[in-house]
Amino acid sequence: MKFGRIAWQGAIHEVTPGSDGRVRLADGREIAEGQFTWLPPVEVGTVFALGLNYADHAKELAFKAPETPLVFLKGPNAITGHKAFSRRPADATYMHYECELAVVIGKTGYRIAKEDAMQYVAGYSVANDYAIRDYLENYYRPNLRVKNRDACTPLGPWLVTRDEIADPMTLALTTRVNGKTTQQGTTADMIFDIPTLIAYLSSFMTLNPGDVILTGTPEGLADVKAGDVVETEIEGVGCLINTIVDDQTWSATA
Amino acid sequence: MEAHKPAVRGAVYGVILNDRDSLERMGPALADTPYKGAPKASVLYIKPAGTVVGSGAVVRLPAGESAVEVGATLGIVFGQGAARLPPEAVPAAIAGYVVVADLSLPHASYYRPAIREKCFDGACPVGSRIVPAAEVGDLAAVSLRTYVDGNLVATRSLADLVRDVPTLVADVSEFMTLRRGDTLLVGVTWQAAQARAGSRVRVEADRVGSVEFEIAAGEGAA
Repeated sequence: MKFGRIAWQGAIHEVTPGSDGRVRLADGREIAEGQFTWLPPVEVGTVFALGLNYADHAKELAFKAPETPLVFLKGPNAITGHKAFSRRPADATYMHYECELAVVIGKTGYRIAKEDAMQYVAGYSVANDYAIRDYLENYYRPNLRVKNRDACTPLGPWLVTRDEIADPMTLALTTRVNGKTTQQGTTADMIFDIPTLIAYLSSFMTLNPGDVILTGTPEGLADVKAGDVVETEIEGVGCLINTIVDDQTWSATA
Repeated sequence: MEAHKPAVRGAVYGVILNDRDSLERMGPALADTPYKGAPKASVLYIKPAGTVVGSGAVVRLPAGESAVEVGATLGIVFGQGAARLPPEAVPAAIAGYVVVADLSLPHASYYRPAIREKCFDGACPVGSRIVPAAEVGDLAAVSLRTYVDGNLVATRSLADLVRDVPTLVADVSEFMTLRRGDTLLVGVTWQAAQARAGSRVRVEADRVGSVEFEIAAGEGAA
């Protein structure tokens, strides 16, 4: 199954895919795109993100692959939905997307064994983990100013339940900027796979339903500018669309 | 120990190296590899929901660990959303302050995010009362004391903050919204006093209150 969340006529609805790109409400009514606002498909709890979790990307950034997972966290402010806007600050010279498979936790667990880990997965979504490289410093790197900016981590459009994805470790990832493909990879190239990440994180903290693990990105980063339309797509999971805006647009009174 | 609910429920954010004492003690290391210079922006981290516990909690360390740093600090609790605020608008957004013991497994390097070290279950004991800013007054006059098994092991003053509260909140809210009910810690010191498994810890702050908890060793192999 695929589930989305939308805001429509004063309420939040869980929806499923309808016909011709519409979404279907619980009572069967279908609503066309443009009539509603996409929300992130889950109300997120703790959001983890992985750095340097693809060997080619680590090489691209001139780092050797880490020996333990390089994890950082995101606050609720960072997460936004499908077809939303993300701000590129005026002083940034390099803001890049990162297409990532998002793993949504479905049940509570602590010290989960690797061989049991997949039972704790509710499903998958697509994330775009934007970074502003200008703000990188060598303290708790990458720090929140780089990676936890308001609405700079789009998530969605769908939560695709675990049973729909036969093997999450062989999915193609693609990013297109204004229609042109700029990033291509496969989840097969992850350094720490999903069971390893769940076992690692749950070795010191309890994972709960709604927690999300953004599993890292392959090589193929490029700068994006205000006005660019960025599509991050993962085979079988979905295509997440986001538009970059400048400070004036971001801060404008509507 | 009597168990209390933590006074806060929202997201908790922290900052390191926000006191001149820590910067001075790190000294020349700041210029060396891997840091290659003192930090320019506030160095932030997140204490996720599972870390927040109330006074009276028993905090069990991750497997294989037997000691923890106790970062005595205050949390700024927001009474309204704070986004892109100038410093002069910050006081109006603050509901008050709460005493916090920001626990970390000892880690020598600040280079990479310290997730295992700072985010294990129970790693953020929080006092049970938010004290209005007007009652707390000038933070420069507030001292924090850490006791382990009744012995005073650390005292710090909030008189040497690199960024005072209005400056810190203005810097942080430039790129991330602090929501009503969220907490931003004013900073912990580098290599704070440690407590070992089996000990009882108490952190108290002038005019704000105290938080008390027990440390238990991690079970099993790491």
